[in-house]
Amino acid sequence: MNAVIKQQTDAAVSATALRKSYGKKVVLDGVDLTIGKGQVFALLGPNGAGKTTIVRILSTLIPAEAGTATVMGYDLRAEAGAVRGVIGVTGQFSSVDDLLTGEENLLLVGRLLHLPASERQARASELLERFELFEAARHTPATYSGGMKRRLDLAMTLMGQPRLIFLDEPTTGLDPRSRQTMWQIIRELVHEGVTILLTTQYLEEADHLADRIAVLDHGRIVAEGTPEELKRRIPGAHIRLRFADSASLAEAARLIPEGTRDDEQLELRVPNERGIRPLRDVVARIGDHVAVEDLSIHTPDLDDVFFAVTGSASKDKSQ
Amino acid sequence: MSALTFAAQDSATMLWREIKHSIRLLRLLIVSAILVPVVMLLLFDYILGGTLGHGLGDVARGAPYIDYLVPGILVMTIAGGCGPTAINVSMDITGGFVDRIRAMAVVRGALLAGHVGVSVLRMLVASAAVTAVALLLGFRPKASVGDWFAVVGIVAAFSFALAWLSAAIGLVTKSVAGANGSTLPLSFLLPFLSSTFVPADSMPVGVRWFAANQPFTPVVDSLRGLLTGAPVGSTPYLALAWCAAIALVGYLWAQAAFRRA
Ligand SMILES: Nc1ncnc2c1ncn2[C@@H]1O[C@H](COP(=O)(O)OP(=O)(O)OP(=O)(O)O)[C@@H](O)[C@H]1O
Ligand SMILES: [Mg+2]
Repeated sequence: MNAVIKQQTDAAVSATALRKSYGKKVVLDGVDLTIGKGQVFALLGPNGAGKTTIVRILSTLIPAEAGTATVMGYDLRAEAGAVRGVIGVTGQFSSVDDLLTGEENLLLVGRLLHLPASERQARASELLERFELFEAARHTPATYSGGMKRRLDLAMTLMGQPRLIFLDEPTTGLDPRSRQTMWQIIRELVHEGVTILLTTQYLEEADHLADRIAVLDHGRIVAEGTPEELKRRIPGAHIRLRFADSASLAEAARLIPEGTRDDEQLELRVPNERGIRPLRDVVARIGDHVAVEDLSIHTPDLDDVFFAVTGSASKDKSQ
Repeated sequence: MSALTFAAQDSATMLWREIKHSIRLLRLLIVSAILVPVVMLLLFDYILGGTLGHGLGDVARGAPYIDYLVPGILVMTIAGGCGPTAINVSMDITGGFVDRIRAMAVVRGALLAGHVGVSVLRMLVASAAVTAVALLLGFRPKASVGDWFAVVGIVAAFSFALAWLSAAIGLVTKSVAGANGSTLPLSFLLPFLSSTFVPADSMPVGVRWFAANQPFTPVVDSLRGLLTGAPVGSTPYLALAWCAAIALVGYLWAQAAFRRA
């Protein structure tokens, strides 16, 4: 009981029954969300799941059709101005001014935050250094790499030292190295006590960064919990066997009954523990009886999460 | 700080941003805002001017065609600023920058105020530059100091009106290319269907009525009268009334479109 009350008063975001549709298409179908202060909360979902829509609603960019929400203690509808004062948003698509240099972009945001000139300059310099944007400082974004542009975008968001930050797919399109840099930046922010709502299509990313993960599918939260809780629900690593025809698949399924059949993909998925024993075992049991077209070892990803919680694959929900 | 101070501060910030943009696109702007009208001036004066000037007869009151032409070119110069304004607004609205601003505690109207402010500034600078070139080419205005003030006032009012209208067009068109195309009637068609190059009286009947009664004509006629020292009567008031009406419609339309965008 005590814990429940505490969580409510400490909530950075508390949303109930958010709904949104475009025309006849229901995009959010009753979303409940509670994010504790200082937490990293990941919204995990495929294209079109409604991640951006949630971010846009909670950051006051679009109104929800139904439902209520408080953000850092302010009512989203009645106190939108106050909400804007305490949040920072880095949207899915670049919001950098392409005709201004990196430094001018930061100073522009500083002006819009009504920071005094000296503080504006100091903060801009600090962020340029922290995000290793020295080169970007004097050039317009036309010459930046994707990672640089993303970092500048985030730096602009941090000019106002927000206590709650929305990051919509902060690493999509970045190479592994830039992704690592972005993860490091996010961890540092967490260390400073900032609350973060991030969206991602990668289980690995949510797993690395988040205290809690909500899986979003077709505008509904289909699973929520800590990464550990969630991963316990996923079949986890497995060996994937692909066959040329359904007869071979049927035969293999008979030989390995603990495997999960996917008749569409002509695949058999066999749970895989650590080490090579299970693999050796599977190969031995299949033997020469069935022609295996392809064998791969699979670590859990978003698809597995979806398979586990919705019973269907996640691909192409947007279509 | 009061709400008014914030509004002024945020608008000034957006103005600063737009000035930076204009400086970064200076070469492009010089070509589109100054060079194009100057080329039109040369074409109409040197190539068409002989015949057109002759055809004017009494209307020209013995002055060379360039004196008749320059006020029209000035209006074209101002109208030529519509495209860039609509494009800039459209780029902001279709890009991500406006989302960043909307999610911040920035005064709502500041972005448009900045666009319109700098748009007017660009139109005024271009008008001054084109006038200077015209003077070099033999334009000889006979305006008094008071007339000049009136000219500047009308040019400013007309710029202000068209800037708001273009901002609205930039907001309602769904793409940057669309924004540019949708200002063409303003920057191209309306000037030709007015007394910009030849008197409305000389046009075919249907067009004549439209040309005589559309807003560009009183604006051109007042500028022409003031600059050539001809009596203007109440035409400048009609021009200013049109400017006020266009500015109001443009403003309300733009504000409504910005809320919806
Ligand atoms: N302005 C709009 N008009 C019509 N439909 C929209 C609009 N914005 C979003 N949608 C639809 O709402 C659904 C959810 O979109 P949303 O952008 O929230 O998904 P997402 O989870 O962020 O996807 P992605 O991973 O592709 O960014 C999609 O099917 C999308 O087509
Ligand atoms: Mg999205």
